Amino acid sequence: MTAAPFPATLAPVKRISLWRRYLRRPLGVVALGVLMVVVAAAVLAPWLSPFDPNLVDFKLTHATPGDGHPLGGDSAGRDILSRLLYGARTTLFGAVITCVAGLLLGVPAGVAAGYFGGVTDRVCSWISDALQSVPGMIVLLVVAAGTGQDFAVLMVALGIFLAPGYYRITRARALAVRREPYIDAARVAGVTNPRILRTHMLRAVYAPIVVQTALTAGIAIGMQAGLQFLGIGSASTPSWGQMMNDGFKNMLTYPLILLWPSIALGVTIAALAFIGSTLADLISVRTEQPARRARLRVRQALAGPAPAPGDLPDRVSSGTHEHQAADCALRIENLRVGYATPTGVKEVVRGVSLDAAPGEVLGIVGESGSGKTQTIFTVLDLLPSGGTAVADGIWVDGREVGRLPSAERATLLGRSIGYVPQEPMSNLDPCYTVERQLVEPLRHVHGLSKTAARARAREVLVRVGITDPDRVLASYPHQISGGMAQRVLIAGAVAGRPSLLVADEPTTALDVTVQAEVLELLRELQQEYGMALVIVTHNFGVVADICDRVVVMKDGRIVETGPVERIFRHPEDPYTAELISASLDDTEGRHELDEAWDRDPRLDADLDRSAAHVGGEDDAR
Amino acid sequence: MLSFIAKRLLSGILLLVVVTSGTFFLAYLAVGDPTPGLLGNSATPAQQAALRTKIGYDQPLLVQFWNWFSNAATGDFGTSWRNFQPVNDQMALRVPVTLSVVVVATVLSAVIGVAVGIACGLRPGGMLDRGLKLASVVLFALPGFWVSLVLVMWFAIELRWFPAIGYVSPDQSVGGWLRSITLPSVSLALGAIVMVGEQLRNGFLQVANQDFVRTLRARGLSGRRVTMHVLRNASPAALTVLALLFVGLLGGAIVVEIVFNLPGIGSLTQSASQIGDIPVLLGLTAVTVVFVVIVNFLLDLVLGWVNPKVRER
Repeated sequence: MTAAPFPATLAPVKRISLWRRYLRRPLGVVALGVLMVVVAAAVLAPWLSPFDPNLVDFKLTHATPGDGHPLGGDSAGRDILSRLLYGARTTLFGAVITCVAGLLLGVPAGVAAGYFGGVTDRVCSWISDALQSVPGMIVLLVVAAGTGQDFAVLMVALGIFLAPGYYRITRARALAVRREPYIDAARVAGVTNPRILRTHMLRAVYAPIVVQTALTAGIAIGMQAGLQFLGIGSASTPSWGQMMNDGFKNMLTYPLILLWPSIALGVTIAALAFIGSTLADLISVRTEQPARRARLRVRQALAGPAPAPGDLPDRVSSGTHEHQAADCALRIENLRVGYATPTGVKEVVRGVSLDAAPGEVLGIVGESGSGKTQTIFTVLDLLPSGGTAVADGIWVDGREVGRLPSAERATLLGRSIGYVPQEPMSNLDPCYTVERQLVEPLRHVHGLSKTAARARAREVLVRVGITDPDRVLASYPHQISGGMAQRVLIAGAVAGRPSLLVADEPTTALDVTVQAEVLELLRELQQEYGMALVIVTHNFGVVADICDRVVVMKDGRIVETGPVERIFRHPEDPYTAELISASLDDTEGRHELDEAWDRDPRLDADLDRSAAHVGGEDDAR
Repeated sequence: MLSFIAKRLLSGILLLVVVTSGTFFLAYLAVGDPTPGLLGNSATPAQQAALRTKIGYDQPLLVQFWNWFSNAATGDFGTSWRNFQPVNDQMALRVPVTLSVVVVATVLSAVIGVAVGIACGLRPGGMLDRGLKLASVVLFALPGFWVSLVLVMWFAIELRWFPAIGYVSPDQSVGGWLRSITLPSVSLALGAIVMVGEQLRNGFLQVANQDFVRTLRARGLSGRRVTMHVLRNASPAALTVLALLFVGLLGGAIVVEIVFNLPGIGSLTQSASQIGDIPVLLGLTAVTVVFVVIVNFLLDLVLGWVNPKVRER
């Protein structure tokens, strides 16, 4: 009836390792111990109980603990401890029936719906949703009315109502596994559906089902007690819910009678809940933002002296400065960026220095993982959670901002610095119209009136080459194309007339035909507004198209800096030469590249090598 | 948008028809001959036969179903088999009581759950976040009536802040009404609050890591404005849980009402179930499902408003 908060995808976990890792969690071990005690009490009830649970001794009515009855007697003169022990039997027996019923219904349906999809999925999901929309308690009371209060039947009915919990988690998991390539491979290899389901699916859904069972058992025990509290179930079978009802009637005069079964019920349910949550923790990958202490540790590791002589070169800044600090639109001095990982601090940028003057276009080139995007995020002061940056200096508009508090750094954004992201679609808020997303910063950051902000937004859209601005303004992000979305993002970046525009791979996610147009647009805007443009790319074609100077990065360090012409003609570092030749198969900037090679026979060897390398793609074209 | 509303409405009506018909046949098959239960074991076969004729139980099952269904479709749920009072009259007295408890509990869980969820989402791993994690583990499974017994023992008997039992109609005294439904609502809401909070917190963190949040910040928007964007994107999961909880709370209210001796549908359902008074049980089922359908419909409208993509489905 209630949904367990579960991630749809869970890392597959081996049985033995899960069990071993579980035993390392103190809370989980305690909870498991408590459950073991309850199970032992239920199994051993006939031997542990000092009296027959239904034996009535009038002297014992409302008796206080003591005198051979450690927990006293109830309102009918029966020994409470004995009834509690036998009640554990009823409770666990009911929980097992409920869980088995829910499991047998929910798991096969979930696997089938997730694996076969289509009609099977729609029908099963509708039934599951319907079951969750039915107030189960009332229907259970209807069942109880008819079945002569047969406990086992009632528990099966309860299991039916809890089956959607199993169904949902199994279906989500089966759906995720179904999309894995190895299932396709198995089908192509001629493995039959039943066999795939048995071998792959059941292994994949095993761990979440264990978690779900712990949670379902807890809920089942609670609902079972609720039903017994309402008077459902045979009077001759002792149960905790019934005992709570008895205690409730005498609550004001003999509160102890209510206390014992309440404790038993609460502790058992809590134990199951903690077992479930510990298991869920173990099989789902949770990434928590590190605390302030962890950030401090990263900061110290980045700023501290080199631990060993071998690390010394890393502690020296890489890259050069072309301009005076006060003349720069952007200047970075010896930047380091690190992330806290379980094994220590991982440095992704290791001493980077660069600068860009107003009106200059600086390219930062490198492979993925070279630290170029992290450098850009540091300029914005928007590193992903867990990242920490340390620098000797960060200058924007000729002003040192690296040591400003983050609130003051944030005031640069949108005003002095504009940002063009890589993926156009994921960088627009899907819930708001384009108009809202362009107008909001103009009004609340730049202080324009509503009409002025709208007029400005429309004007910028026209400027970035959108021919029907009114339609685009009224659209939601999913209603416009990727190229259009990137133009909207560029419009948003330049709407506040920043002096520095940073663009993170602005053309990578676009169609080839749109790429050239967007680059051309960035170049035009940069010249029109006199901005410095820092453009991150892995593509030397882009560099050749619009950059004045280029910084080549590798493994978090700068290997080479220089004017584009010079870098193409005489790359000093072999890595640069390699990157240039690897960009050969890209269309844009081909002309400039060809010129560069024509002028530089030294690259002919590289040309041959990479031509052989990309030959397959060339043939395809 | 109109076809979206029509589709949701149709789906709700279909659910209502399927569930009430299903409950009808389930009840008839499960109960069998209701007259021994209604009259007690001392009744003669002649008395039982007379009652069977009076309540129409001697007619074929499908005829009985059609009679019940065609009347129910016009909003008439027949008369009780025990005291021959119209089911509608009995429900009109009791449904508002249950509904007020459940609605207050739902509002409490929405308001406090959202506040807690945002606070934890803004500072994951902080004190409040760890507290929520612990509370959600325990309160997720503990039944509402268990919590209500604890609350009664503590707040009503020990501290005497609230009445332990009884119900004051808002016609008599609004303050007394509020005091009488505070403890029942809170005991129902506690588990729901942490569920909503946990769901929103997880959604919040998931959305906060998405690219567009960085882009919004890069435009210079304040933290408060960015939080509103994140919240809107994170809300669908929490809203869905809230709607599911409403169903759970309706069921939970039945037991909690017994604890607080509230004159809601709880005691009516309990007694009808014990003697096999099928028309009352069917009426109660239909009415609760109607409320569930209404809540689900409202949820769909809100989800459509929050997320423009849903509208086009």
